[in-house]
Amino acid sequence: MADEPLVLGIETSCDETGVGVVRGTTLLADAVASSVDEHARFGGVVPEVASRAHLEAMVPTVQRALDQAGVTAADLDGIAVTAGPGLAGALLVGVSAAKAYAYALGKPLYGVNHLASHICVSQLEHGRLPEPTMALLVSGGHSSLLLTEDITSDVRPLGATIDDAAGEAFDKVARVLGLGFPGGPVVDRMAREGDPEAIRFPRGLTGPRDPEYDFSFSGLKTAVARWVEQKRRAGEDVPVADVAASFQEAVTDVLTRKAVKACRANGVDHLMIGGGVAANSRLRAMAEERCERAGIRLRVPRPGLCTDNGAMVAALGAEMVRRGRDASALDLSADSSLPVTEVSVPDPHGAVHAHAHHSLGGGA
Amino acid sequence: MLLLAFDTATPAVTAALHDGTTVVAESTRIDARRHGELLLPAIDRVLRDAGAAKGDLTALAVGVGPGPYTGLRVGLVTAAALGHALGIPVHGVCTLDGLARAARAEGVTGPFAAVTDARRKEVYWAAYDEHGARVSGPDVDRPADIADRLAGAPAVGAGALLHAGVLTGARGPEHVSAGHLAAHAAERLAAGGDLLPPVPLYLRRPDAQVPAGYKAVLPA
Ligand SMILES: Nc1ncnc2c1ncn2[C@@H]1O[C@H](COP(=O)(O)OP(=O)(O)OP(=O)(O)O)[C@@H](O)[C@H]1O
Ligand SMILES: [Mg+2]
Repeated sequence: MADEPLVLGIETSCDETGVGVVRGTTLLADAVASSVDEHARFGGVVPEVASRAHLEAMVPTVQRALDQAGVTAADLDGIAVTAGPGLAGALLVGVSAAKAYAYALGKPLYGVNHLASHICVSQLEHGRLPEPTMALLVSGGHSSLLLTEDITSDVRPLGATIDDAAGEAFDKVARVLGLGFPGGPVVDRMAREGDPEAIRFPRGLTGPRDPEYDFSFSGLKTAVARWVEQKRRAGEDVPVADVAASFQEAVTDVLTRKAVKACRANGVDHLMIGGGVAANSRLRAMAEERCERAGIRLRVPRPGLCTDNGAMVAALGAEMVRRGRDASALDLSADSSLPVTEVSVPDPHGAVHAHAHHSLGGGA
Repeated sequence: MLLLAFDTATPAVTAALHDGTTVVAESTRIDARRHGELLLPAIDRVLRDAGAAKGDLTALAVGVGPGPYTGLRVGLVTAAALGHALGIPVHGVCTLDGLARAARAEGVTGPFAAVTDARRKEVYWAAYDEHGARVSGPDVDRPADIADRLAGAPAVGAGALLHAGVLTGARGPEHVSAGHLAAHAAERLAAGGDLLPPVPLYLRRPDAQVPAGYKAVLPA
């Protein structure tokens, strides 16, 4: 274990400045500086506000992570950074910082995919990802079913949302209910006091002719809004907890149903759930139940590792080093729409070939 | 002393190395859209050209703008991270001061202004006296609103050239160069003077609209 790669990861794709330090699959530090409070009054993340905050927080957060991990920068085997997808200006702050650290320290740079990082973080809690693993990625910007054979090189999308992401639906429903931003955590909390069967909200794309692994949450969000407005118009009290619980039930029902189905159809017996919505308590409980029944092993990271953080980026970076994947060049770009299939952004000229880490013992 | 200076506050991505006496290497490329890609390779190039190692650097100087934010931050975060990793001090220099120094080197005399493009039909600018000392600014304004104040005086920089119809003294140099930025910083440091903290001069608040409440889905 001691000779597994030691990697620092930097994440700035949205409103969290995250810096993590990982040795192999062991989490050593997870430092996060969030600008979420500055965005709350705008009801959503303001890109320029996020970018300004990243610049201010970068060096202190890196230092905090190194201190937490009890390592010095010179000990690192590589620097990993989210190259995309995400907010362009925000990503650029992290990418520029990572390049400077890599250059100054003489370490390889790994520009990696934010979504693959959301999956790879699972290694910090439950050990190396089984191959293959099914991943249900549910966040503020994405809701996808991804089949991965090798998290450093092979992520195949089976389906994704055709409109709103699951986290977006939570945020919008929270706004309808006047619960503030971000909506996920507060809807989760309110739902605990409510009856999930109180209102039967629609389950999008679950008809026999619907695409099996795609999702749709926009109709659900509208149905919730309608239901709430009708109550208000009739001068009745809105049973906020019941609405939250029933909405949450509809989302988690569809997500877990399709995830289990995808596992079965592809003969995959490990399901990983990642992204901010994986912090949802009902999703975690329902997934556990349904996986148990289907004989599928479930891996869900602790809530703090589901939302954006630097440790997940470091986790993927460490796996890249271990498997001897190509590093990125110093002219690496931030790519706000990096496709989920591109796990990393290697040097197009292949000049900085990393050697397989010595702990790997052949293979890969 | 070996000072590395760079600036990304304008379309120029420029880096230079100064040994305390003179600029020993410089690299400048004009590309408003690729600051992030170009800066680190430019830094690497000037170090190689000078035959210097990263570990030889004794200080950094970075242009703190004013300038459009996304590009500006590339330089600032790069400086902060390099300074942190190398354990050397990071100094800030007003980008317009670098431009002003370039102007005097090109023979601009008397009081003048340095002007860069702030987009949205505005300019960033500062005024300098006949000795090259900044006497006002940096500010952000519409060219028409400062035209009278600048009338008759040279106005250097891409912001002036872009609005030459209004800023009649518009002339080169067009771009800031890290060589001049470095020289400015090296002189100040040698004289025991102060430079700026390495924090951005945005001069404008972030654009952020508070969304108009919640929009009903039911017809009114
Ligand atoms: N307990 C929770 N229940 C439901 N949703 C939650 C919970 N906690 C967080 N979320 C939601 O997770 C989302 C944020 O997740 P994350 O930080 O992974 O998204 P992102 O990084 O903005 O998007 P992406 O990863 O797609 O770029 C928000 O929409 C938030 O409401
Ligand atoms: Mg995310």
